[in-house]
Amino acid sequence: MASPTETSPAILSNEEILRYSRHLIMPEVTLEGQKKLKAARVLCVGTGGLGSPLALYLAAAGVGTLGLVDFDVVDYTNLQRQILHYTSDVGRLKLDSAIDKLTAINPFVEIKRFDTYLNSQNALEIFKDFDIIADGTDNFATRYLVNDACVLSGKPNVYASIFRFEGQASIFATEAGPCYRCLYPEPPPPGLVPSCAEGGVLGVLPGLLGVIQATEVIKLILGVGEPLIGRLVLVDALAMRFRELRVRRNPECPVCGTNPTVKELIDYNQFCGVRGEESEASTSVKIPEIQPEELKRRLDGKEDIFVLDVREPHEYQIVNIKGHLIPLGDLPTRVHELDSSREIVVHCKSGARSAKAVDFLRKSGFKHATNLTGGILAWADRIDTTLPKY
Amino acid sequence: MSIKILIPTPLRPYAGKQSIIEVTAQTVGEALKALVAQHPDLRKHLFSEDGKLRSFVNVYLNDEDIRYLSKDATPVKETDTISIVPSVAGGI
Repeated sequence: MASPTETSPAILSNEEILRYSRHLIMPEVTLEGQKKLKAARVLCVGTGGLGSPLALYLAAAGVGTLGLVDFDVVDYTNLQRQILHYTSDVGRLKLDSAIDKLTAINPFVEIKRFDTYLNSQNALEIFKDFDIIADGTDNFATRYLVNDACVLSGKPNVYASIFRFEGQASIFATEAGPCYRCLYPEPPPPGLVPSCAEGGVLGVLPGLLGVIQATEVIKLILGVGEPLIGRLVLVDALAMRFRELRVRRNPECPVCGTNPTVKELIDYNQFCGVRGEESEASTSVKIPEIQPEELKRRLDGKEDIFVLDVREPHEYQIVNIKGHLIPLGDLPTRVHELDSSREIVVHCKSGARSAKAVDFLRKSGFKHATNLTGGILAWADRIDTTLPKY
Repeated sequence: MSIKILIPTPLRPYAGKQSIIEVTAQTVGEALKALVAQHPDLRKHLFSEDGKLRSFVNVYLNDEDIRYLSKDATPVKETDTISIVPSVAGGI
């Protein structure tokens, strides 16, 4: 059997012809199309929710060179949706896990690994050896980075993003098409849109969107069909409705417009306000905190402490420390249930929502409200290890 | 006239958990004003302090971004749908 790396892009071995036969017999692909796939070099930024189905299908399809960018380690909570990774991979580098599975599916794919956090210093250098970039990242800073680097390098950006059970997909940064900034010139301030850990995500959703991404990558390589250039597909998985909106190239876009002002990569964390001040001026006062150990000590000592849980009812069902439940969103209308003369310790899952609650309570005159550092996760870690974590 | 506004998932908690809200309006601007009048919690997610539409929220009349139509002054018909499309970044 010919070694996969010995066959040049222009030739398909007998094994490859057999492997891809279901492609070759389609007029939309044919032998020529399969050779284009083999010659193609696609970079997948992220090997998680979107990156998993994306990379799996691109490898199966016979994309010749797959670049993978990821610095993360497989976590137990990833397994619900990141189908490149198995239970036995928990604790391993995602790249190691990904490469094992992708080469097992298709040993003819050459994989280039980038064990790194994509940033303004390395993005252009990494992108230059690839033809198409597929964005499977999970934060605004990297999405703007990927977009700008694609425009500056002249490489198309096959984009998808998800939230709970809805997703978006499109192709940005083509020669005549719009870029991500044409659609969204600015990111939301941090904290306004919850992450998957806070908001949750339907496991199958990145599967749906990741395969849409893979489909668009393949269509671009083959030059067939109608790619999602200038089109934003919106998927509502609960209703199983697909809608389409038009995306226009913005002539005043700072990156791809007629007079671009962004000609090199910037500090995206600053752009997205990640390290800077939040636009809502609520973090200028430090939120008073209490450690789980101290709360335990004081509760055991029968001190009069009111524990307020600001999570959602379905989280309370998973695990609770018998706090009084008022979801954060309902707090303003239910604050009358609380006694401002009592000491109130507020907790949520990990301490972020409860910090907002304490801030709100203090501003509403509750002088004795404090935030449980690390939330119920820290309590389950350090105080009562019989409690489940989620 | 009565017109439908599609509320995206991230904003539904502030719109009484609804995915579609009907308002009466002649233009997109009026429709959005009616929307935040009915659901005041939505205001800060859609508009900045000076009353402008937030730049990470796009508003579409049917399939066209209102930036490329007449923005707030875009007239609406009974059969039109307004979509609010905020940017989301999840992928992992």
